[in-house]
Amino acid sequence: MESSAGRFETNARAALATPTLQAALAKLADGFPARRLEAAERLPEFEELRDAACAIKEHVLDHLDVYLETFERRVAANGGEVHWCRDAEEARRTILDICRRVDARTVTKSKTMIGEEIAINDYLERHGIRPVETDLGEYIIQLRREPPSHIIAPAIHLSLAQVAETFRGSHADLPPERKLNEPDALLAEARAKLRPDFLAADVGITGANMLIAETGGNVLVTNEGNADLTHTLPRVHIVIASIEKIVPTLEDATVILRVLARSATGQDITVYTSFCSGPRRPGDLDGPDEYHVILLDNGRARLLEGEFRDMLRCIRCGACLNHCPVYRAVGGHAYGWVYSGPMGAVLIPALIGMHEARHLPNASTLCGRCESVCPMRIPLPRMLRAWREQLHRERRGSFLARLGFSAWASVASRPGLYHAIMAPLIRALGNLAGAGRSFRRLPFLGGWTAARDFPAPEGETFMTLWAEAERKRKPYADLRVSCEGTPTDVKGARP
Amino acid sequence: MPAPPSSVSARPDRGASIDARGPPGSSTRGSPARARVGLFVTCLVDLMRPTVGFAAVKLLEEAGCAVAVPRAQTCCGQPAWNSGDSGNARKVARGLIAAFEPFDYVVAPSGSCAGMIRIHYPELFAGDAEWEPRARALAAKTHELISFLADVRGMTRVAARLPSSATYHDSCSGLRELGVKRQPRALLATVAGLELREGKEAETCCGFGGLFCVKYPDISAAITDVKTDDIAATGANLVLAGDMGCLMNIAGRLKRRGSGIAARHVAEVLAGMTDVPPIAGD
Ligand code: SF4
Repeated sequence: MESSAGRFETNARAALATPTLQAALAKLADGFPARRLEAAERLPEFEELRDAACAIKEHVLDHLDVYLETFERRVAANGGEVHWCRDAEEARRTILDICRRVDARTVTKSKTMIGEEIAINDYLERHGIRPVETDLGEYIIQLRREPPSHIIAPAIHLSLAQVAETFRGSHADLPPERKLNEPDALLAEARAKLRPDFLAADVGITGANMLIAETGGNVLVTNEGNADLTHTLPRVHIVIASIEKIVPTLEDATVILRVLARSATGQDITVYTSFCSGPRRPGDLDGPDEYHVILLDNGRARLLEGEFRDMLRCIRCGACLNHCPVYRAVGGHAYGWVYSGPMGAVLIPALIGMHEARHLPNASTLCGRCESVCPMRIPLPRMLRAWREQLHRERRGSFLARLGFSAWASVASRPGLYHAIMAPLIRALGNLAGAGRSFRRLPFLGGWTAARDFPAPEGETFMTLWAEAERKRKPYADLRVSCEGTPTDVKGARP
Repeated sequence: MPAPPSSVSARPDRGASIDARGPPGSSTRGSPARARVGLFVTCLVDLMRPTVGFAAVKLLEEAGCAVAVPRAQTCCGQPAWNSGDSGNARKVARGLIAAFEPFDYVVAPSGSCAGMIRIHYPELFAGDAEWEPRARALAAKTHELISFLADVRGMTRVAARLPSSATYHDSCSGLRELGVKRQPRALLATVAGLELREGKEAETCCGFGGLFCVKYPDISAAITDVKTDDIAATGANLVLAGDMGCLMNIAGRLKRRGSGIAARHVAEVLAGMTDVPPIAGD
């Protein structure tokens, strides 16, 4: 997918000025976090499950090669095929080759973020193959030619009215006077539109919530059942998954499933959980003739060594987005690429490069709520800070800011000088404020006063007042500790 | 120019009550020795709101501590650390470590500065043979003021009085890095005349984020509006928090939006030092 991450500030401003988006985001922030909390509280072992899920993924990352190769052998034994793809281009070409070989015209798709990552829809279209998204949210944004704005709720940025308008524009063959003001009406219309495509599709492309090494199969979770029609009806099933989606056993998969839906939507479990076992076996009633797994690296193996490794535990539940104040303010499109929110701000620089993504690690208050809800306990703030370190090392920040920090550190590391400079400065600022006790505008603090008043200081610094107060205080007689101020004055102190 | 509050120059009166034994593991248990506390005032309190520093001294003395304020303190280095400039953060942090090493405890009226020392100093000096052990030792004895009073000193009530209604904002580092949540509420509940009202978004970030609020003022303002709307929805007259950064942001935005809700540091209220005007207020 083409990135607009470099225009984060512009994107964010536009998002803040879009009332429908703001209403949608407010609703999301009201719903998901509360439902997650209820789901977590209903399950006494939720915290232990988080630990167990983390441990599984940590183990996998320690032995990634082993499990991926085991997976490949199992897939082959089941009669399927694994295609190792280094980058998006390799993945796209592999998928196109399969589609061409089976002479595919229509390809149905169930939601896959990796599909977005490699922009497979555009690519297939350019090569004369029609991709049809079958997840309702994905279907809507495909009609609108928009990227997803949330990893689990791709059309969350839209209002019902906008969706109705989109359907009217795209489904020109239907009577214009039909009613589309209820979600059910929209759903029914999308269903009716999708049914012939489900039946006509030659290839079904799905993502994978997990790949299971022990069985050589994959797990899919949806709330609409569209994934099942996508992988059972066509002759060919292509799974697109990134390498870190692997888990050792079916049992491991169930542990992760137990935290996934609860963290994502607050459901105990999604409406559909499907286990695909490969191509149809003799005696099977249904299933595809061919089963292909596109195993994509796209920069992930590189993350295994280093400070962003923990990110590979991510199970794409979206909890960090749902709890992020920045995501809640600007939505997913502002981040400018496939992913968004805290996980996006960590992942995007790794996948598309720091120059393009330079804003994202900075556009966070580091409030830490993402980490506290992340089922996989990914230290997202720590990693955002790590990106900031890299930006600083590569001297990408503003020159003035760098200079400012060095000047500040030189002064702040000399307390005598610091207090001598600050006391009169603060006194002057306090005098300047007058009766209002706050400033509407201040030179050098335009960023602050753009949105809020700057509270006036009381006047004297604490250090000045404390020195005065200390002169009047009696020492702590019982301790024979003088509290003049310097630590060496504290008798009996450790050296 | 505010004079130093007179109550501080007086010897500690026994206004607050302390669980005599102190909680398990506390240094007061079974020992009459007073804890020697180095107060890290923090740069924002030093510059913007000295009252909070005096309130901290008063509360600490009421909790039976001997308080010293090393002059060799400035800032914890957090602004540089959060901007990815750990070189300059270390430069400032080394001074702070040296200044506070001799004390039994380091206490700061700020969750984010205490969190910086407790959680991030060990990371900041990781691998440094001389400084990592010193950073770790300091981290282990550093506390946020209110949680120190309640958890370490066993303070259960205060003598303050404030006829008003207040809502408490959980600042992010205090809450998520240090587990400050119930302690300020428990002590505030003992302030005579004060009614506490819980905000639905009490745990949501206020949009300050250090330099974030200056770099992305529009986004920051949108986040702060969620916060100030929530504060207003509680119907409280007063918003309290344990961090000057959040408070300056919230107070500044409230003022800009013409709200009459006042903002104060929780220590001012617990120490009964509410004679000074609220933050950004007359
Ligand atoms: S980072 Fe954590 S919370 Fe965010 S999507 Fe991944 S697993 Fe979910």
